[in-house]
Amino acid sequence: MRVVLRNPRREVEVAGGRRVRDVLKELDVIPETVLVIRGDTLITADQVVADEDTIELRPVMSGG
Amino acid sequence: MKCRKCGTGAVIELRRHNAAFCAPDFLEFFRNQVREAIRKHRMFTRDERVLVAVSGGKDSLGLWDVLIEEGYQTSGLYLDLGIYDYSVESKAKCEAFAAAREVPLIVTGVADEVGAPVPVIKEVTRRPPCSGCGLSKRYLMNRVALEHGFPVVATGHNLDDEAATLFGSVMHWQTEALPRQSPALASTHPKLVRRVKPLYRLSEREAAAYAFLRRIDYIVEECPFAKGATSIMYKEILSRMEDASPGAKHNFLFGFLDKARAAFERAEAVSLQECVRCGQVTTGTVCAFCKLSDQVKRAT
Ligand code: SF4
Ligand SMILES: [Zn+2]
Ligand SMILES: [Zn+2]
Repeated sequence: MRVVLRNPRREVEVAGGRRVRDVLKELDVIPETVLVIRGDTLITADQVVADEDTIELRPVMSGG
Repeated sequence: MKCRKCGTGAVIELRRHNAAFCAPDFLEFFRNQVREAIRKHRMFTRDERVLVAVSGGKDSLGLWDVLIEEGYQTSGLYLDLGIYDYSVESKAKCEAFAAAREVPLIVTGVADEVGAPVPVIKEVTRRPPCSGCGLSKRYLMNRVALEHGFPVVATGHNLDDEAATLFGSVMHWQTEALPRQSPALASTHPKLVRRVKPLYRLSEREAAAYAFLRRIDYIVEECPFAKGATSIMYKEILSRMEDASPGAKHNFLFGFLDKARAAFERAEAVSLQECVRCGQVTTGTVCAFCKLSDQVKRAT
């Protein structure tokens, strides 16, 4: 499956067929710091993402 | 995961509240938190005109959206910092937001007021960009509000912003900064407007989710100067604590507000004067903003 990361925008391929929580763990992303977007909606960490899915991990933190 | 309210599929989990919500119930939760903030701190009434400081980001545009929906009389204030593409894009987002909702937006250019944009101020002063930028923003928000007759300025600071600021103040034991940290600062001088933060009960992630679910077109890119900012480092530390122990950020900030803040309030009030140059409030003779713009004008 494809994961879109931001700031800067980039994409990585990881294995699907598992929960969002496990994908975040593999990418070392703290769940509290991102929105997980699939299509036009948000999904929770317990949802299973398929191999053909694309999700965006949109950072929620801003500085300044 | 199911929505706590209606039992349909949830789109967001709020671990610190031990809850998950569907989109409509999350939006209602969010609005309720804003209502509670406004009520508890008597931030403003429906008869008052509120100036909402907007940056083009999720927090300030989300806040403006809630206040419009709630029927408050609002205008936006966009301060153009002149930070390359970031400012061009964020300004366009604010203008599009205001136009779509037919609400007024005031645009003030830092370059017009100080004499140069933030990147040049940084070079001239040889100080971190956020220092000249923050000073200019605080000053201009107040002055523009006064000039246009707004009694109150609302900013999009959220729970994470406030917890990070508190963390920084405590790390350095800046005891003079602690009493000033509050969701609502009353006007202490006829030329100082009230300052309020109606999102202080909501986390950064909740603010992002609100903006996303409301389809608000906000700028996801960061200010290029935010990269090394210590506030980001503090936010990361606090997020790790939050992950290990949901509610940690909330308890840190609310514990301070409820139990500790009053202890740092000083008995003697600082004497406030009016700047001999611009007439805005200062503790000296010439205010920090006028000194900054002098320095910039001499150098450019
Ligand atoms: S990160 Fe610093 S320079 Fe950029 S907008 Fe925020 S305060 Fe200004
Ligand atoms: Zn629901
Ligand atoms: Zn002055």
